Parts: sequence; C-alpha cells; structure tokens
Amino acid sequence: MKYKFWKILLGIWLALVIIVGFSFDIVDSPQNWNEFPNIPGLENKARIIFFHVPTAWIAVIAFLMAMVNGIRYLQKNDLEYDVRSSSAAGLGLIFCILATVTGAIWAKFNWGAYWNWDPRQTSIFVLMLIYGAYFALRSAIEVDEKRASLSAVYAIIAFVTVPFFVFIMPRMMSGLHPGSASDEGAGPVVDFSMDTTMYIVFLASLFGFTLLYLWIYELRVRLGMIELRYESLRSHE
Amino acid sequence: MIQQTTAVFLKDFQSELRTRYAINALVMFVITTLSIILFSIGGERVSLDVLAGMLWVVIFFSAMSGLSRSFVSEEERGTTMTLQLLAQPAVVYFGKLLFNLVLILSINTLVVTLYVLLIPLFVVQSASIFFLTLFLGSVGLACASTIIAAIIAKANSKGTLYPVLSFPILLPLLMTVMNATKLSLDGAPFTEATGEFRVLISYSVVLVAVSWVLFDYVWKD
Repeated sequence: MKYKFWKILLGIWLALVIIVGFSFDIVDSPQNWNEFPNIPGLENKARIIFFHVPTAWIAVIAFLMAMVNGIRYLQKNDLEYDVRSSSAAGLGLIFCILATVTGAIWAKFNWGAYWNWDPRQTSIFVLMLIYGAYFALRSAIEVDEKRASLSAVYAIIAFVTVPFFVFIMPRMMSGLHPGSASDEGAGPVVDFSMDTTMYIVFLASLFGFTLLYLWIYELRVRLGMIELRYESLRSHE
Repeated sequence: MIQQTTAVFLKDFQSELRTRYAINALVMFVITTLSIILFSIGGERVSLDVLAGMLWVVIFFSAMSGLSRSFVSEEERGTTMTLQLLAQPAVVYFGKLLFNLVLILSINTLVVTLYVLLIPLFVVQSASIFFLTLFLGSVGLACASTIIAAIIAKANSKGTLYPVLSFPILLPLLMTVMNATKLSLDGAPFTEATGEFRVLISYSVVLVAVSWVLFDYVWKD
C-alpha cells in the first residue's frame, strides 16, 4: 500500500508532461511561462524532444545496468543479478525500438526520409543489434548458470567496443541530428536553443520516464525471482 | 607460459593439417563468394568504394565461417575437459588466438590475391596503407572473434549465432578498415590513414585485454 502513492503521483506527473509538451504554444520570442521558443528548422517538430530523448536515454541506461549486473553476477555467482541483468536488457530493447521508431518518423518529416544513416541513427541501430544478439545468445543456452555467465561476458565485450564509435563516426559522416556538432540548422538544441520552460519540461519528462523505467524494472525483477524460485522448488520435488 | 601457448597452438595447427577441416571449407567458401561477386558485377564499372566494401564483406563472412572451428571442434570431439585439466585458461586463450590469427592471415592473403587478379578495377594506389590495413584488420578480426567463438561453443545453434554475435562487436573495426581501404585505393598519403591505424591498434589491444580477463568465466564449466 505504501508504494501506491508515488505510482499515482507518477501517473499524474507523466500525464502533465504529455499535456504540457503538446499544448504549449511555440512562439518566436516567448514572454509567458506557457510558451516554448521557436527553434529555426524545427518549429512544432521540436516537441519530440520530450518523448524521444528520454526513450533513447533509457535505452542506454538499461544497457549500462545490464552490464553492471552482469559484472556483479560474475563476481558473486548469484542468479538474482542475472535476473536483474536480463530484465534491464529486455526493457532496454523495448525503449531502444521506441526511440528508433519515433526518431525515424520524425526524420521522415524533418529530413525527408525515414532512414539515412545519420551517426545517431547508426549508433541506435548498433545498440539494437547488441540487444538482439544478447537475447539470441540467451535463448541458445539451456543451463541457467552458463546462460548467466556467457551473456554477462557478451554484454561486457559489447560495452567496451562502444567508445570506438565516438572516434569513428565523425570521420565517416557528418551529422544532421539536432545536437551534433556539425548541425548548423537547429544548432545544439540542448545547449542554448531551449529556454527555461522547455528545459524544465524536458527534465521533468526525463525524470518521469526514468521512474517509469525503474518501476517496470522492479516488477520484472520480482517476477523473474518468483519464476526462479518456482523452478528450483519444482526441480526439488 | 609462452611454451605452453605455442604447444596449444601447435596442437591445433597439426590437427588442422591432418584433417584440413577448416581450410578446405574456407577455400571453397572464398571461391564461391568471389564468383558470386564477379557474376553480379558482370562487365559494369563499379565504384572503388563499393569494391573496397565488398572485399571486407568477403573477409568478414569467411572469418565467420572458419574462426569458430577452434573452440567448436573441442566441444564436438569432447576434448574440452582434457584441455581444461591440462592447461590454464589464459594459455588456451592465447593458443587459440594465435591459431585464429594464422588462419585469418592466410585466408586474407588468398582473398586479396584472388580479388586483385580477378577484378581489374581494384588497383591499390598506396600499398603501404593497404597492407598495414589488411594486417591490422586481420589481427583485430582474430582478437574479437576468438572470444565470441569461445562463447558460442557452449551454446546451441552455433553456426547462425556466430555472425549474429560478432557483427555488433566487429562493426567499429569493419567501418575503419573499409575507410582505410578506400584511402589506399584513392592513393592517399600514409599520414592520412594514421588515425585509422590508431583505432585498429587500440581496438585489438582493448579486446585482447578484456578477453583475457573474461575468458576464465567462459571456459570453465
């Protein structure tokens, strides 16, 4: 019962973020608190920042949590960490797909094509491939302990190769994505084009989405632990 | 330790010479893939970018069809336990890495020789960039694919899983070598490709270090 309170609050919070994100006017020079600034080249399409960026953020955070719990599993040999690791990865995959799809739809209207191998698109694609490979590996191993340790090792190896993209991407292609260094139209949105109102709504959305993620994550971990205990009880009979 | 590592390497090398399991299949694989490419090109003038990319497509898939043998064959022949008892994990890892390195280098020599002979458009302008890219690319490929081979040897459906698991790991390497190969075909000066070489070297070093630390968890049952 004591947890119910913040869940209702989170529902209201996210509902407010959605209403505010869609309903506040976009004007050239905002005077009132309920107006967003007009970012040249983006206009109304700038509203995606409240929903797309948090999903992409969670896709990355979930990957980090999957890897950290993988390391913990290798240290402690406790299957609870494997449940944590795979729960985080499962959610990460869902949010990764959400970020890719919302981004692609936005790209169709802003750049004219759903997909054009922008550095950000390429990196989210790689992240999706890693998640996909991670679950392909998990489904191919039957023994619980072996599955846990091998998928943990894979997550760590995948994680260490990610920084290389930071060095390779700028050499390969220039970015159109708002916020990338070579973007001249919209400029680095997160840095200076957002005013205080927009920034607060953005942070509120980020906060709300992160809590939502943690909530589903805890549910999945609890479910995973119950399944694990059920399996072990059944095998003892 | 070096002695033991070479012993593991020689064991694999000799059993490969005896059975020619990997090498026969690999040579045929390379020939098949190259002929498909030749058929699809026909008499067209294909751009150098595409040719450079295609070379690495051939190399990637030949590596994927051959490099998993080193660990999968141990599992299939049931010799994993013996090897676990006789040698330390690190020794096994470096022995297998050495074997995969020799295998991929010889396969790549074959691929490149055939590629240059059969595709007249593929002319390397700056040989130093090209050969260093080929060498460092092979080293990186062997470093990444050895640990993945160790992982998939314990899983079901090994053959299909191998490229699926390796591709995201190898993508930074593949993008870099394709870029460097393009530079060598355009005849760029050596200094222009040093950034690529730095990425390739650090990639191999990072992967070997991580594999070395993690191999224990993969190898022990």
